[in-house]
Amino acid sequence: MEPLSGIKIGGSSVSLAERVLRGDVRATGRLISLIENAPEEAEQELRALHAYTGNAHVVGITGSPGIGKSTLTDRLAKRWRKEGFQVGIIAVDPNSPFSGGALLGDRVRMQDLATDPGVFIRSMGARGRLGGLARATHNAVRVLDAAGKGVIFVETVGVGQSEVDIVRTADTVVVGLVPGMGDDIQTIKAGILEIADVFAINKADRPDANRLVIELQMALGTSGNADTGASARTEGRWIPPIEQTIASTGEGTGALRKAIADHWEHLQRSGELETRRRARYEAELQSVVEDHWRKRFFEYWQQRGHWEQVVEQLLRKEIDPFTAAQQLLSPFLDSEIGG
Amino acid sequence: MAERPIRVLIAKPGLDGHDRGAKVLARALRDAGMEVIYTGLRQTPEQIAATATQEDVHVVGLSCLSGAHLELFPRVVQLLKEQQADDIVVLGGGTIPSEDITALKKQGVAEVFTPGTSTQEVVEFVKRSVQL
Repeated sequence: MEPLSGIKIGGSSVSLAERVLRGDVRATGRLISLIENAPEEAEQELRALHAYTGNAHVVGITGSPGIGKSTLTDRLAKRWRKEGFQVGIIAVDPNSPFSGGALLGDRVRMQDLATDPGVFIRSMGARGRLGGLARATHNAVRVLDAAGKGVIFVETVGVGQSEVDIVRTADTVVVGLVPGMGDDIQTIKAGILEIADVFAINKADRPDANRLVIELQMALGTSGNADTGASARTEGRWIPPIEQTIASTGEGTGALRKAIADHWEHLQRSGELETRRRARYEAELQSVVEDHWRKRFFEYWQQRGHWEQVVEQLLRKEIDPFTAAQQLLSPFLDSEIGG
Repeated sequence: MAERPIRVLIAKPGLDGHDRGAKVLARALRDAGMEVIYTGLRQTPEQIAATATQEDVHVVGLSCLSGAHLELFPRVVQLLKEQQADDIVVLGGGTIPSEDITALKKQGVAEVFTPGTSTQEVVEFVKRSVQL
């Protein structure tokens, strides 16, 4: 396979980042691959993009398998397209723990979007990378943001910590539930209630939809509120609205779109957007620094073959882990700040 | 990250509704460690080419049982070329007469697999043609 970065397509030698900014689909696809396969190489390109990001409304869509996330995303994408927005979609699916392969089928529900030049869809396999997945997804979002997408959907199965981490990078988190799937109890256990900004009760034509709404309201402490569909707000505080949808027919997706847009407006008006983004950048900076630092540290000692030696000393009680850590860190600590 | 899984798009152009073969193959490729994007039935060449570039796949596998392969397969090859994505390997599969296979290969389809081909053969071919 040809190298991913610095590739020349059609004789052009412009950087991937520049081509992303020009709306080049091929380059956008390539850069996301680079983020997935060679994160360090991708950093070079991402540096150039950062200044162009922060404009997109990032919407996380999560929920158990089979609740209709892809169909909901498809419907919502079309609604935003009608309003003239460019749309990005990142659909994350798990890889097989046995073969490492993955069958990524979210696009089956988004067929009409494929030829719309205003829509960019990318399927991502989780590839078993734990912390790295959230970063890769976040960076893929960053690329689409820089490419001028006004709204970006990140769709992922809402099970496990890494998925929760992914949706946490979104501005608005939509949690999808379906009546009669035992979702009510499950999600409350999984702590997904806390991360939801909007609930979508999909397949709402099923029996028990109303019961699920009531159970959710009780769990949220909003049961006194009569207007279940509308967003209930008190004192500028956001209370997650519960929207009933039938994604297969599109019913209710207009109200869902409005609830998501309302949340975006709320974030901007209340100043919470800046608070959230500040926290997110801080977390990102921390994790990037940690990664680089960790890498440098381990490379340094592994090259010297010293690492195993220290472990051996620990085993024989010749040294304690705290003193050992101090000693291993000392070459990296500047005398002025390291003390 | 050292691992770079091969990414394959399995697509069904044309109007026939027989996707059993495509799905079996998609699973075989997945079980061989690849990331397989499946897009469902009745895709236009335009949809397939757009999907291939957005997903940045190494290989596109086209399955067609409607008899329109001579129209549809070369069209996908051509569209990929227009999108500066002609490094993507295009494979075909289906009930395709041998004289058509020659014609398709001339027009840029790397290989054509007919009924009776084992999934392992296809897996091997994909691995060879991508050379990670």
